[in-house]
Order: sequence, then C-alpha cells, then structure tokens
Amino acid sequence: MSGTTAIAPVADWRSDVFRVLKRHDIRHVAYVPDAGHAAAIDMAVADPAIQAVALTTEEEGIGYLAGAWLGGERGALLMQSSGVGNCINMLALPAAGRFPLLMVVTMRGDWAEFNPWQNPMGQATEKALNLMGVLTWRADRADDVEPLLHGAASMAFNGDSACAVLLGQRLIGEKQWVKK
Amino acid sequence: MGEEMIALDRREAVARLLARRSPDLLVVTGLGSPAYDVMAAGDDDRNFYLWGAMGGAAMVGLGLARAQPQKSVLVVTGDAEAMMGLGALATIAVQKPANLTIAVLDNGHFGETGMQASHTGMGVELDRVAASMGFGWTESISDLASVDALHNRIGARAGAGLAVLKIRAENPPRVLPPRDGVHLKNRFRAALGFPTN
Repeated sequence: MSGTTAIAPVADWRSDVFRVLKRHDIRHVAYVPDAGHAAAIDMAVADPAIQAVALTTEEEGIGYLAGAWLGGERGALLMQSSGVGNCINMLALPAAGRFPLLMVVTMRGDWAEFNPWQNPMGQATEKALNLMGVLTWRADRADDVEPLLHGAASMAFNGDSACAVLLGQRLIGEKQWVKK
Repeated sequence: MGEEMIALDRREAVARLLARRSPDLLVVTGLGSPAYDVMAAGDDDRNFYLWGAMGGAAMVGLGLARAQPQKSVLVVTGDAEAMMGLGALATIAVQKPANLTIAVLDNGHFGETGMQASHTGMGVELDRVAASMGFGWTESISDLASVDALHNRIGARAGAGLAVLKIRAENPPRVLPPRDGVHLKNRFRAALGFPTN
C-alpha cells in the first residue's frame, strides 16, 4: 500500500478507514474536513489513484458520487455529523436512483461534547439518515472501524444501497478546548 | 422583431446545443423545465435527468466528468437550480475539469412555480460569479449564433466552462422524461459499457 508508511502500523483506526476504502476500489473521496478524518483526507490527497474533492457543503458530495457512479467509478463521502443535516433533501437522489453511497461520519454532540450547539444535530444524525433510507452502523471502538466500514462498503456497492458508518466521539476522543 | 430577439427561445436553444450530437457527449439536467427542454430535443440513453435533488445537477456533472475524462459532459439547468447549488460552482472551479460545461437557462424567474422573480432576475449574474470563482471560461449569450459557437466549445474540452443562456420567461408544453431513477441510471451506465448490479 502506498502512502501509509508514515502511519502507525498497529490498530490505528484512522489508517484503517483509508485502507478499507482502497480495498473497495474507491477512486473518489469527497469531503468536508473534520479532525477525525484528517488522516484519511491526507492519504486521499496524496494518492494519485484517488480524486480528492473538497466540498463547500456536504450535499455536494451526494451528487458528485452519483455522477462518478454513472461514469463507472466508486467513491466515498467523509463528513462530520453536522453535515448530515445539510444532506437531507439531496439523499432523494441515491434513494430514487438506488445509487451506491458510502458515507463516513465523525460524530459530534454524541459523548463528552463541550459545545452544546453540536448536540441537536449530533443526537439526530443517525435517525435522520435512517429516515432518508440510509443504513447505519456505529463504531465506538477502534477495532470496530475496519469490519463495520468493510461491511458498509460491501452493502453499498454490491447492493446499490446508501450506507453510513458513524465514528463515535468516544472513539475519536474528547476534543481539548483549553490548553492544559 | 427587435426587442423580442434579445432573449432566446429555450427549446430552440437547447435543440441547437444538442444537434448533431457526438456519441462522446454526456448530459445531466436539473429538474423541471431544463429536463423537458433536453427531452424535447430527443431522448438519449446518455441523458441523466434529475427530477429532484435541487441544487445537485452541477455536482452530478462534476463527478461524471472526473470519472469520464475522455467524454464531454454538459449540465443543462436553470438559474434557480444553479443558485441553490452556488457552492458547487466553487467546488468545480477549483477542480478544473476540462471536459465539463454548465449551461444555465436563465429566464430570471422561478418558471415552474408561477414565474416569481428569481435572483438572476434581480441582478445576480451567474457568469460573473463563475468567472470570479475561477472557471476556465464563462459567457452570457442571447443569440443563436452564440449558441452554435457554444455547441462547438462543449466538444472542445478546453476548460471548465459556464454559459448563461438568456431565455424568454415562458413555459412551453411539458415534454416529460422518464421518472424512474433506477432506469435512468442503468441505461446511462449501459450506454458507457457498465453492468447493472
């Protein structure tokens, strides 16, 4: 695997995300950045076989990946849970066309959240996805990330389904707001 | 005719854009009237019509353009659909897909919902917005000779482009494309040689 030499070799869920995406022949990584996705985004940007696309808002990625699929290629959409709210109406596109969609969502407002403005969307994220027909899995432990993302990617691309893996705040770690 | 010639007839303009169509041209439409215009010009397996997902047409075009760099991708949409996905124009501008053209049919109104004035009708100029974002080329056109020139430009794959077509604010009879998204997806992919799952 190219691009992973600088990554800690053992049980690093951050590099697991990218490794699973590569194993499923992901050619497009569309993203609105989040600290929890930083490793996967950096690896996608560095990988010449992947088109890394920064979005101004998350719903752009739904259309982008549908277009890539029309053109014969697979992609994934990385975002924070707040971005799920931005995607709601655009999720009609994968639902109506039964497009494969693979989303990886880092959670806020989920556990040990400092900023209460994150809580409304964080608490609604999984339900909102389910309401729009997206299948969901939650990873709160590092060794769940690889198998859950592999399972979601399999069901997205083999079954023309919209699938999201939510990476819990307990997994990502408590955000340090004040320097200690 | 004089004043009446200032704006284009939408059906005539779209028909000329798609005339003598190359097999290498792939088309995505925004929902509503632009989809009817493209359908009226002649249905094609290489057309993907959105019936919803407002604001998404340009991004579907970008994803398609990046996956199919040897084809020309044309997005035909309306001014309000383009405005709802304004950030997408910035995303496209920084990606610089040489083979993507956005054609905005601009009548300055929300034509599908009762002809309320839209943002472009109140002064927003989408070609200038796209130019400031960094599109390779932009233009605003209102005559058929310029439409014919745009036809040739789409096939040249010479930089991400956005053309605003100033059309008259009128609703010609609807010509409805297929609404089954799965059918539209599968026939489009089949036309490019990809299998159905």
